[in-house]
Amino acid sequence: MSWILILEQSLNGLQFGLMLFLLAAGLTLVFGIMDMINLAHGSLYMLGAFLASMFVQLTGSFVAGVLLAIPATALLGMILEVSVLRTLYARDHLSQVLATFALILILNELVRLVWGSDAALPMPAALSGPVELLPGLRYPSYRLVIIGVGFAVAALLYFLVAKTKVGMLVRAGASNREMALAMGVNIKALFTAVFGVGAALCALAGALLAPLLAVQVGMGENILILAFVVIVIGGIGSIRGALVGAVLVGMVDTIGRAFLPILLGAFFQPRVASAAGPALASVMIYLIMAVVLYFRPQGLFPARG
Amino acid sequence: MLQLRDVSKRFGGVVATDKVTLDVAQGEVHALIGPNGAGKTTLIGQISGSLGVDSGTIRFLDADVTRLKQHERVKAGLARSYQITSIFKRFSVLDNLALAVQARSGSSFSFWHPVAKEAGLFDEARTIADQMGLSEKTGALAATLAHGEQRALEVGLALATRPKLVLLDEPMAGMGPEESQRMIALIGRIRSNVTVLLVEHDMDAVFRLADRLTVLVNGRVIASGKPDHIRSHPEVRRAYLGDEVAA
Amino acid sequence: MKRTLSVVILLLAFPLAMQWLGYLFYVSFASRVMIYAIAATSLNLVLGYGGMLSFGHAAFVGAGAYVASILVAEGIASAWIGWPAAIAVSALLAWIIGAISLRTRGVYFIMITLAFAQMMFYLVNSMKAYGGDEGLTLPKRADLGFGLDLGNELVFYYVVLALLMLCLYALHRVVHSRFGRVVVAIRENEARVEAIGLPVYRYQLVCFVIAGAAGGLAGALLASHGKYVNPNVLHWVQSGTLMIMVILGGVGRLWGGVIGAAVLLGLEHLIADHPIPWLVQLAPNYQQHANLGVGIVLLVIVLFAPQGIAGLLKRRRGAPA
Repeated sequence: MSWILILEQSLNGLQFGLMLFLLAAGLTLVFGIMDMINLAHGSLYMLGAFLASMFVQLTGSFVAGVLLAIPATALLGMILEVSVLRTLYARDHLSQVLATFALILILNELVRLVWGSDAALPMPAALSGPVELLPGLRYPSYRLVIIGVGFAVAALLYFLVAKTKVGMLVRAGASNREMALAMGVNIKALFTAVFGVGAALCALAGALLAPLLAVQVGMGENILILAFVVIVIGGIGSIRGALVGAVLVGMVDTIGRAFLPILLGAFFQPRVASAAGPALASVMIYLIMAVVLYFRPQGLFPARG
Repeated sequence: MLQLRDVSKRFGGVVATDKVTLDVAQGEVHALIGPNGAGKTTLIGQISGSLGVDSGTIRFLDADVTRLKQHERVKAGLARSYQITSIFKRFSVLDNLALAVQARSGSSFSFWHPVAKEAGLFDEARTIADQMGLSEKTGALAATLAHGEQRALEVGLALATRPKLVLLDEPMAGMGPEESQRMIALIGRIRSNVTVLLVEHDMDAVFRLADRLTVLVNGRVIASGKPDHIRSHPEVRRAYLGDEVAA
Repeated sequence: MKRTLSVVILLLAFPLAMQWLGYLFYVSFASRVMIYAIAATSLNLVLGYGGMLSFGHAAFVGAGAYVASILVAEGIASAWIGWPAAIAVSALLAWIIGAISLRTRGVYFIMITLAFAQMMFYLVNSMKAYGGDEGLTLPKRADLGFGLDLGNELVFYYVVLALLMLCLYALHRVVHSRFGRVVVAIRENEARVEAIGLPVYRYQLVCFVIAGAAGGLAGALLASHGKYVNPNVLHWVQSGTLMIMVILGGVGRLWGGVIGAAVLLGLEHLIADHPIPWLVQLAPNYQQHANLGVGIVLLVIVLFAPQGIAGLLKRRRGAPA
């Protein structure tokens, strides 16, 4: 087990975690401020990837494609919010779960009708080579770009939420919605804006991850669960919690999958290790979630008191 | 019967109850009064067990209940009614009361026998309904009751558990004069069977019913004792009673 | 009561009629519907009556399916061992998952149950010994003994029917028992139940376990019926499907699970196997996009008719909600 391998996997974990953060940040704000369960959040991620694929093909440029997909998805997200989701804020959680589940079904089929079940978004040629970070450690430059973008967005979000007036309104809404309403905040506009930002973040993650993972109908559902685990661990309504949770989940999942089978192999028979290794790796993050919940049922950084 | 010693609670930076020391003697009606936001409902929550105690102790019937869960305290004989009506709106009045009686009598981990056949539960529920003045409305859905009737049901639910001490949190909240008189008469009737800790703003009711009063201001007890003593207490007059009771 | 009796008589006569008409496929289909009805009914207990939004119910159905399948694959084909084992394991799983999840509320609870179910999915997916993501095919349905051959569609149908009726009757008794009253009261006003002296957590957990156990039974039957099981039966989308059945049929109503399963699976079958000519002209591929219709119908129901079909039926007959 070389240091190179550990570093490499750690970077992979960080990269995955930062993309998870993009999804989790939007999700946690929607939960925290609007108190709404939005299962269709993953569908926005999927829409972002498909739109990016289409725009890249249309413009011939990776960067242009991604940059176009973000506002397009944000717009679609806001249309969705204003038309359907708004009526759900006042409804009970079961209705929200079922309605947004219905949206998943609808959006999956609509995507299939428009683009088919799959799409391709190849890695931009300029970024497909590796970069030598340390002697002996060559890491794909594309993944480094993702890490960079992830940190940049995290910093931007932190700045927005912690240092601007709008951010203060968002934080107020997350910790006490009635109070924010009482203070005369234009809740409807705020909600739509928050939702739009969340959709934009999803699109960015979807577009950036597309060259690495497959762009296909249903990709949203798989990553949605992870985003849920992230915000349960991090605490609903907390961006800081989403970042900590996402990096934690990303690292544990990636490193777990890479090293648990090897680790187990050191102690157990190869047959056991090869069977138990992947199984244990896949449940690692859920075990962590269960442990966190046992000691802190509200997550690590709950926004509400 | 009930002894609080230095009971405190903070919510973040706000001190809700501040070293509250209080005694409720058996058989008395003890009123807890104070301005809005004084911490009365928080204290009731701490006594009943729905809120935790940051520091201090609560003793009930010579046993330390500070760490007991709410349902355990109810089993020990300590019940409460809520300031904001908290009943089972989609159950009938009778079913509301029968559930509370059921909770008190035997195990509810019974999966096969239909509750409807347990005449005893419903007979007792009817008795309580009569006591609360709800005889005409036993079959009605709780949500359809008038406000005063809902408040009566609220108290009825607490009493159905046959408590030794009942905490009534503003039973007359939102009531008109006629309904208030009925509630006062009701409390007057039950006092022979159960000790009462009464939180109320209605000073007429308080001075008619209470054997002793405790005054809470900003989470702290500023006076405690018999009605006359409280009426003439300078600090109380200044903080609270001055604009409530005509001299 | 009369309505129930007529439904039961119909269900008893159905396979005989189908056999006489030569449509044996529909007997097998009806068995499948009834198995899903058991699964949906078990979810109805915890979701409809108990108010607990468990989004991970597929975990219990799936666990039951896998336990029953693994036993058959290892040579233990007796249903008298396999099915009770499936129930027991699902109950245990429900105990563990419930014990942790029920410490949380609201949004957290929903997501945690969902996450645990997905965890089960990944766990089972990685079990290469039992098929992994390709699933496990069984040589035959379970053995019931007594000269009853579960491979015979009519026999299997009647066995499933009996179990479904048993489940519905049990649900009826439980809901009207002391325990049932407490569980429904918790759904209505949890704080007050605690305030009248009942430990809410304990009652919710027991309810969760009962529902999980019944889900396990449905899973075992499902595996037996198709002689096949694969990890998708545990996927959270399956949990969603069960939830759709419950809300479609009527949350908190005795026949909700049955109606929901019948309507959803019936529609699914109709759309897939019976193309509507003019619709084919309009959109040649419409049958492959059936989910779009399901999604729209579900959305409409949630937004405009939250009481489900059973709720609409009851309201027509003037019974109180």
